[in-house]
Amino acid sequence: MATTMTPPAADPVTLMPKKGSRARPLFDPPIVRRALTDSFLKLNPRTMMKNPVMFVVEVGAAITTLLAGKEMAGGAGVAGFTFQITLWLWFTVLFANFAEAMAEGRGKAQADTLRKTKTETTARRLIDGRKTETVAATQLRAGDLVLVEQGETIPGDGDVIEGIASVDESAITGESAPVIRESGGDRSAVTGGTKVLSDWIKVKITSNPGETFLDRMIALVEGAQRQKTPNEIALNIVIAGLTLVFLLAVVTLQPFATYSVAASGSGTVPSVTVLISLLVCLIPTTIGGLLSAIGIAGMDRVMQHNVLAMSGKAVEAAGDVNTLLLDKTGTITLGNRQAVEFIVVGNIAEADLADAAQLSSLADETPEGRSIVVLAKQKYNIRGREVAEHEAHFIPFTAQTRMSGVDLDGRRIRKGATDSVVEFVHEHGGTVPTELMEVTERIARSGGTPLVVADRDRVLGVVHLKDVVKGGMRERFAQLRAMGIRTVMITGDNPLTAAAIAGEAGTDDFLAQATPKDKMDLIKKEQAGGRLVAMTGDGTNDAPALAQADVGLAMNTGTMAAKEAGNMVDLDSNPTKLIEVVAIGKQLLMTRGALTTFSIANDIAKYFAILPAMFMATYPVMGKLNIMGLHSPQSAVLAAVIFNALIIIVLIPLALRGVKYKPMSAAALLRRNLLVYGVGGVIAPFPGIWLIDRLLGILRLA
Amino acid sequence: MTANGILQIALYFVVLVALTRPLGAYMAKVFAGERTWMHRLLRPLEAGVYKVCGIDEAGEQHWTSYAGALLVFSALSLLFTYLLMRIQQWLPMNPQGLGNVGEHLAFNTAASFTTNTNWQSYTPETTMSYLSQMIGLATHNFWSAAAGICVAIAFVRGFARHSMKTLGSFWVDFTRCTVYILLPLAVVGALLLVSQGAIQNFQPYTTAATVEGTAQTIPQGPLASQEAIKMIGTNGGGFTNANSAHPYENPTPFSNFLQMLYIFIIPAGLTYTFGKMVKDTRQGWALFAAMSVLFFAGVAVTYHFEQAGNPNLAKLGIESAATAGQSGGNMEGKEVRYGIANSALFTVITTDASCGAVNNVHDSLTPLGGLVPMINIELGEVVFGGVGSGLYGMLLFAVLAVFIAGLMVGRTPEYLGKKIEQKEVKMVMLAVLVLAFTILGFAGAGANLGTVGSSLGNHGPHGFSEILYAYSSATGNNGSAFAGFNANTPYLDTTMGLAMLFGRFLMLIPLLAAAGSLAQKKLVPVSAGTFPTHGPLFVVLLVGVVVIVGALTFFPALSLGPVVEHFLMHAGRLWS
Repeated sequence: MATTMTPPAADPVTLMPKKGSRARPLFDPPIVRRALTDSFLKLNPRTMMKNPVMFVVEVGAAITTLLAGKEMAGGAGVAGFTFQITLWLWFTVLFANFAEAMAEGRGKAQADTLRKTKTETTARRLIDGRKTETVAATQLRAGDLVLVEQGETIPGDGDVIEGIASVDESAITGESAPVIRESGGDRSAVTGGTKVLSDWIKVKITSNPGETFLDRMIALVEGAQRQKTPNEIALNIVIAGLTLVFLLAVVTLQPFATYSVAASGSGTVPSVTVLISLLVCLIPTTIGGLLSAIGIAGMDRVMQHNVLAMSGKAVEAAGDVNTLLLDKTGTITLGNRQAVEFIVVGNIAEADLADAAQLSSLADETPEGRSIVVLAKQKYNIRGREVAEHEAHFIPFTAQTRMSGVDLDGRRIRKGATDSVVEFVHEHGGTVPTELMEVTERIARSGGTPLVVADRDRVLGVVHLKDVVKGGMRERFAQLRAMGIRTVMITGDNPLTAAAIAGEAGTDDFLAQATPKDKMDLIKKEQAGGRLVAMTGDGTNDAPALAQADVGLAMNTGTMAAKEAGNMVDLDSNPTKLIEVVAIGKQLLMTRGALTTFSIANDIAKYFAILPAMFMATYPVMGKLNIMGLHSPQSAVLAAVIFNALIIIVLIPLALRGVKYKPMSAAALLRRNLLVYGVGGVIAPFPGIWLIDRLLGILRLA
Repeated sequence: MTANGILQIALYFVVLVALTRPLGAYMAKVFAGERTWMHRLLRPLEAGVYKVCGIDEAGEQHWTSYAGALLVFSALSLLFTYLLMRIQQWLPMNPQGLGNVGEHLAFNTAASFTTNTNWQSYTPETTMSYLSQMIGLATHNFWSAAAGICVAIAFVRGFARHSMKTLGSFWVDFTRCTVYILLPLAVVGALLLVSQGAIQNFQPYTTAATVEGTAQTIPQGPLASQEAIKMIGTNGGGFTNANSAHPYENPTPFSNFLQMLYIFIIPAGLTYTFGKMVKDTRQGWALFAAMSVLFFAGVAVTYHFEQAGNPNLAKLGIESAATAGQSGGNMEGKEVRYGIANSALFTVITTDASCGAVNNVHDSLTPLGGLVPMINIELGEVVFGGVGSGLYGMLLFAVLAVFIAGLMVGRTPEYLGKKIEQKEVKMVMLAVLVLAFTILGFAGAGANLGTVGSSLGNHGPHGFSEILYAYSSATGNNGSAFAGFNANTPYLDTTMGLAMLFGRFLMLIPLLAAAGSLAQKKLVPVSAGTFPTHGPLFVVLLVGVVVIVGALTFFPALSLGPVVEHFLMHAGRLWS
């Protein structure tokens, strides 16, 4: 079972929170510069072939280039129609390449930063556990022991086996505040490339050269091992299929036109340039050109939230998640129990109880102890006192006594577990009022922890300690429910406490007294029912469940085993982020769907632009289909091709940022997106093409 | 459009809606092997078939065996019909002594009836003996219909089942469909037609003297029995060349109403069967609604333009407005007893479905009135559609719609709890490609051939429409024609025969493959995050995808046919 971890202060709750420190402006100048070069490099047909839609455009562009060359050799000017079409066809390909290069560029820039930390590090390898020898970090193998001291860089991934040190992990996490790494427990994992700021540690290396976390991270953000995700492949099949259909529709138009020209006895069969223009306008170039950019940008967005996704598949799966398993402590609750109420028993004054409780807690540095001091001040304005002037003797909490307290001015104040304090009172000859048991039971039932306070033989009352649910969680779970995602709280607490907290936080279900096996069984049960499960974890004993879950988000503070098992690592170690990851996954899929729909819907207008232009010479009545009133056949074709190219550029920000996402039911989302991208996609090109046609007229280009 | 016409169309639809649920529920029971009220009568027949043929009633087949069984059965029955026609001269029940059918025509006809197309490159009365009609052709009217329904049921099982490798048994489905569904409907249907005056006999043709005193040969034959299954199985192959315009086939307005109803009842009922099988009848009604939208759109266009008629005739002072005494509009090629409304309605229904029976000459429709049947076929006949093929065709579009737009809800696409992934999408796209490739490919190849050109009954855009219509009709397994077209040439018989076979079997295989893959998947439970596929929004989306994917593929071709012809007609330019 995952143990307690201290998360960073909770962000204000929104489903898409502020981006992490890795956020970059959308059009970062160095990235744009690099992307411009890359767009040309990507023209290589072997690269283009991987994208069937854009490859068709490139082949079309190549053919019209030849035709334009022939025309110019024959004396046609540069402003010739074929030349202009050729230019815009190449632009179409370049724009698509640019989109992809932009998406990749952001990852590459990230990788460069990471690489800098990977400069030649040396390591001090321990021999026989005492002597050290200096070797290059690249020579370290799994199982080697190294010593790292203040100011040195940790040479490889490993586990601390001895010592404690503060470590600067900003190279990996982007977070400048140092973290503590110590042997044993779940905070023993260190990452190569991070720096020891103080003290020393002995580290057992766990990975071989080239397989370190940093190596993997660089490869991931660079997209070097990027594989198309299942849904991306399926979508590619659809748009490639549509491309084939349109290819057929355009190719057969040639014989149909030949028949028509012969039948009407006037006009000519549309030129190859016009047929290619029609083809390029009809095939789904918008989604074809932006599809891979959307995928890369999705991964990048996850990265900007400081989550490292091991594969695009994991991000896609996040969008499909049906069940979220959330650890109670640190995710749903703040992780510290806090005093919320003083309850007196017998005829004790409430202020006396508060005073005694506060006194006994003054030296208590635990969050519980501090919360008692805070509550006493808030409720009874009892200020912190300088206890040193009194003969104060503090008794610390131990696992044996299960209580703590203070001996002061003859008073012996104790606070602690019910039975321990009751025993203490009995020892001093006191009696316990029956109402005490009622109070403690009531608190336990509500999910809280009762802390009994006594002074020698007198029971004063009870402090109600409560596991405080993070602000806004209830709203968040309600949003998730609206999205069709069920939340299950996982806790080691007893069912009574668990039920109370789950009820307060508003999760759909809970798993109490959870063992790692229970967790695993729950995941398997959900999956057997066809549901996809996401969970977070950090401990070694979470590893099997993390591996079994469809989305396993491991905490960076966790053990190496957990990080290896999950398919995502949260560098901020904030388990609440699982919810954001789900949102990003959904956003990625929505962006794909939106642009596919938009792309196909666009075709209607393009038909109305190009078809009349093609056949007006053969059948002048076809002019009636020219509902946009485009001023000449050539400008109509050109305007459609230009619109088709420019729309890719216009939509790059949308592809990189993702469509706006608000959590709501699928039905509501569909209605909204269908209206924007479906109906909008049908309408938008009409004014767009019309405007370009006017401009072409004004500029006398056609 | 007249109030009377609209009322008749509305009445038709109301009756159709009323029949959908009972028949759909009955069919669901039949295919689940449950007991129905017909069991007492027909169970012995069903059990007898199993016994004679050695069919294991509890048997189950993987999609490959299912498809294999269907293909083997179709191939054998095709061969049988081919041989029968080739030797009919020497066989009994041929009172007219008709000769053997030529090889390319026999191939075309055998392919045509095996594929539920019933394209007729021949004139039945002067080509087919009674034996060929009954044993060779009418049997196919049952078999090809049953086969289509089987595929639809198997496809639906892909959604209804989960974590299973099999899709049911083709032989059992086929037997049950024929025995419990087609046979009773055909018997009742035939008797109702006989009551209206359709003939049923084995007499030689009658010779009569006309009013002018010339001799006329009036064909006879076992007509009513074939007529019913011709409509119910959405086959459409007429006993006579005039098809449902012939008074022996379709004598009265009521028989006309019945015939139109026969075409749609099984396809409409199957939407409910589908809903029953996937345990959510709203899903079935959503498909029904999408089909209805497309149906009414088609009827509105055709009815409007047929009623509007040809403006050039009006300019000549010919009265073409509807009056109490005459229907007005474009009456060329239409029967007076049906008028404009029931001719337009019949045209749309027969092409919405893959029936292809006609009660008027489609070649004589106005350009846009004729555009509708052509588009109906090119969309894949998914507006109720052919028996079985309409449902699986529409489901194919539903899968595509869910895939394209489903992503917009932020989940990988799923339909009816099944994830739509690579394999399904590949198969669905393959089916879409087969349709487009066969229609456009053959039409493109034939458009400028002299041998095709000489078959045309008209020139100009209308001639082009004839070519496009012929290959659309063949590939879509419809069987109706722009009848100016003489299709009985070696080139056309062969290419159209191939188009029919491609359009049928190359569609079925990928669909069954997709069904096989779907059946193996787990069922994803429905939640608020699930893409809703039963509401009005999905209906709109589905209609949009059908229209856009279909129209975008065929719009360029159509613009050179009916669309331009329409503009030219209004500009006063006509073609011989």
